[in-house]
Amino acid sequence: MRANTWAGRNKVKVRDVPDPKILNNRDAIVKITSTAICGSDLHLVDGYVPTMEDGDIMGHEFMGEVIEVGSGVAADKLRVGDRVVVPFPIACGGCGACAAELYSCCENSNPNAGIAEKMFGHPVAGIFGYSHLTGGFAGGQAQYARVPFADVGPLKIESDLSDEQVLFLSDILPTGYMGAEMCDIQSTDVVSVWGAGPVGQFAMDSARVLGAAKVIAIDKEPYRLQMAERAGHTTINFDEVDVRSRLLELTGGRGPDKCIDAVGMEASHGAAHIHAYDRIKQAVRSETERPHALRQAIMSCRSGGIVSVIGVYGGFLDKFPAGAWMNRSLTLRTGQCHVQRYMKPLLQRIERGEIDPTRVITHRLPLDEAERGFDIFKNKQDHCEKVVLKP
Amino acid sequence: MSLGLGVAQLAAPDTVRRISGVDDSSTSRAVVPLVGARELVHAAGLLTSRRKNVWTWTRVVGDAVDLASLGVAIARRGGRRRRRLLGVTGAVLGITVLDVLTAVQATRAKERGSVPAVRGTHKGGPMELTATTTVRKPPSEVYAFWRDLGNLPTFMAHLQEVRTTGDRTSHWAATAPFGKNVEWDAEIVDEVTGEKIAWRSARNADVPNAGTVWFVPAPDGASTEVHVVLTYDIPGGAVGKAVARYFGEEPHQQLDDDLRRLKQVLETGEVVRSDGAPWGKRARKEFPQRPAQPLSDAEIEKGADA
Repeated sequence: MRANTWAGRNKVKVRDVPDPKILNNRDAIVKITSTAICGSDLHLVDGYVPTMEDGDIMGHEFMGEVIEVGSGVAADKLRVGDRVVVPFPIACGGCGACAAELYSCCENSNPNAGIAEKMFGHPVAGIFGYSHLTGGFAGGQAQYARVPFADVGPLKIESDLSDEQVLFLSDILPTGYMGAEMCDIQSTDVVSVWGAGPVGQFAMDSARVLGAAKVIAIDKEPYRLQMAERAGHTTINFDEVDVRSRLLELTGGRGPDKCIDAVGMEASHGAAHIHAYDRIKQAVRSETERPHALRQAIMSCRSGGIVSVIGVYGGFLDKFPAGAWMNRSLTLRTGQCHVQRYMKPLLQRIERGEIDPTRVITHRLPLDEAERGFDIFKNKQDHCEKVVLKP
Repeated sequence: MSLGLGVAQLAAPDTVRRISGVDDSSTSRAVVPLVGARELVHAAGLLTSRRKNVWTWTRVVGDAVDLASLGVAIARRGGRRRRRLLGVTGAVLGITVLDVLTAVQATRAKERGSVPAVRGTHKGGPMELTATTTVRKPPSEVYAFWRDLGNLPTFMAHLQEVRTTGDRTSHWAATAPFGKNVEWDAEIVDEVTGEKIAWRSARNADVPNAGTVWFVPAPDGASTEVHVVLTYDIPGGAVGKAVARYFGEEPHQQLDDDLRRLKQVLETGEVVRSDGAPWGKRARKEFPQRPAQPLSDAEIEKGADA
């Protein structure tokens, strides 16, 4: 089959690779009909997430048709011919984490738990196409994928919704939604979202659906801010104004009640010297993150507010404003999305027309053009927000 | 500190030269950034390498070079410059003393940190390993699975077969390096149904070993804490070396991984496989892995030993 693979730092390559086979009894093989490039793929391509190998198949947002099921998958759960969206975290459904609906912390699905344990203290779930730290599972930017624990994760789509309407249930829509849900939103809340990429856009839409009084988008790309504006959100361009001052202006000096960091480890910054400081530390690997958005969210949030982190962080950061966090009674909440928990309720919201996931799609390319897709997405060329690949 | 010095020497070499009193020579124009670059190498090495002790000693060597060049500079200068140079030399001397102390300490820590029973196998001696996990099944079930000793090889990487030979006796076979097998008889010496199993190898075993596993109800009322203690009396000589190899560098890690697989088998039904680590319990080493892409028919044919 054809698959998009990691080929060293800042390089992906579409290659011919063997077709996937059933390895465990509860596996299914899915023929992929739509897949996407995610912002967190860029951390892998850029080389900031360790343990990538030349030839690793990328991609963790995909959907398709089940063409084979293992002997351990009950027929009432999944059959050949089912149309499914596959969640990015691989969860077994039987461990303590899964029982607590913490699917991205599944205790069984990562065969390389020993590596993850060294990095994170405790292991995390296996993730498709997302380094060997998260299991070394082949990803979904391919014609076919092997899906472990197929009786737990994949969501059957039984209505005639299009691929583009449901594809993002695999990651970015639930991730954005969880970012807003962790904010415990009240009807009086002003919610500020750092990053107007696809996850940020969905965090904004979710905050509004959950009843926020006002939603503010922070980014520097005018086309992304315009996209947020068209969806009815207020915007701040951090290249043009001082973010904290503007936020205070917009909130009567209080600061946003809830702040969502939808940026993560490769944040850019309006001030050159702080950006340079983080770049140098990241370059010599003395910190893995450029945590600028997180710092700014903590410093801007109103006292007693919640800072919700859905941007991806990989290892260690410094200059963390612990004083602001502690002295001003802030709550910090975070997590890789527990996608399985949100798929069904969000599918219903899509069916009811409360959220339109297709609004972030700007590019549709054949799988064979994945390299170009990564290039325009990474470099924000051609007003690229989200790329969908068709195998 | 290497990082700070290195960045300063590279970013503002002239300031560094003025402060240290070598701003009058053209040689220093080349030397200062070089020293800066060297400092960054130390920093990178210290920050990324696991062998901190080796990298700290490279700093000490660097300090010695610095002191020598400062000595040459002092001999050739007088007045204010000489005074500044003496000051800088004092500081570098201080740093050198610190580096030597750190290096000595890092080297000692390294010696202490390695698992002595394994490193010291040429001398032989007992090695005790402990590990624990929580399985989301009741203690009676986890106990029953373990008590059926034939199940142990499904999750313990080294075990090839455990055959029950009597009510409390069994015969164990494990793979060892160079295609050799190690076999021994064992006997259950203590047992409390649903709570504890203790066993010990028979007297003539090549590698005398003993183990105890406790099954403790977890506070959640649904799970079992499994606590394992294993003791190996590692002999000296060639057998000892083979045993050490067989355990690898990280015997604790290997036992942890065994228990992780126990949890997988009990909670999900089998050992979880990925494309990067497709061989289940036979994937003993986490590195190096194969790429995360499906196996070819040829690779499947060759199997885990390829």
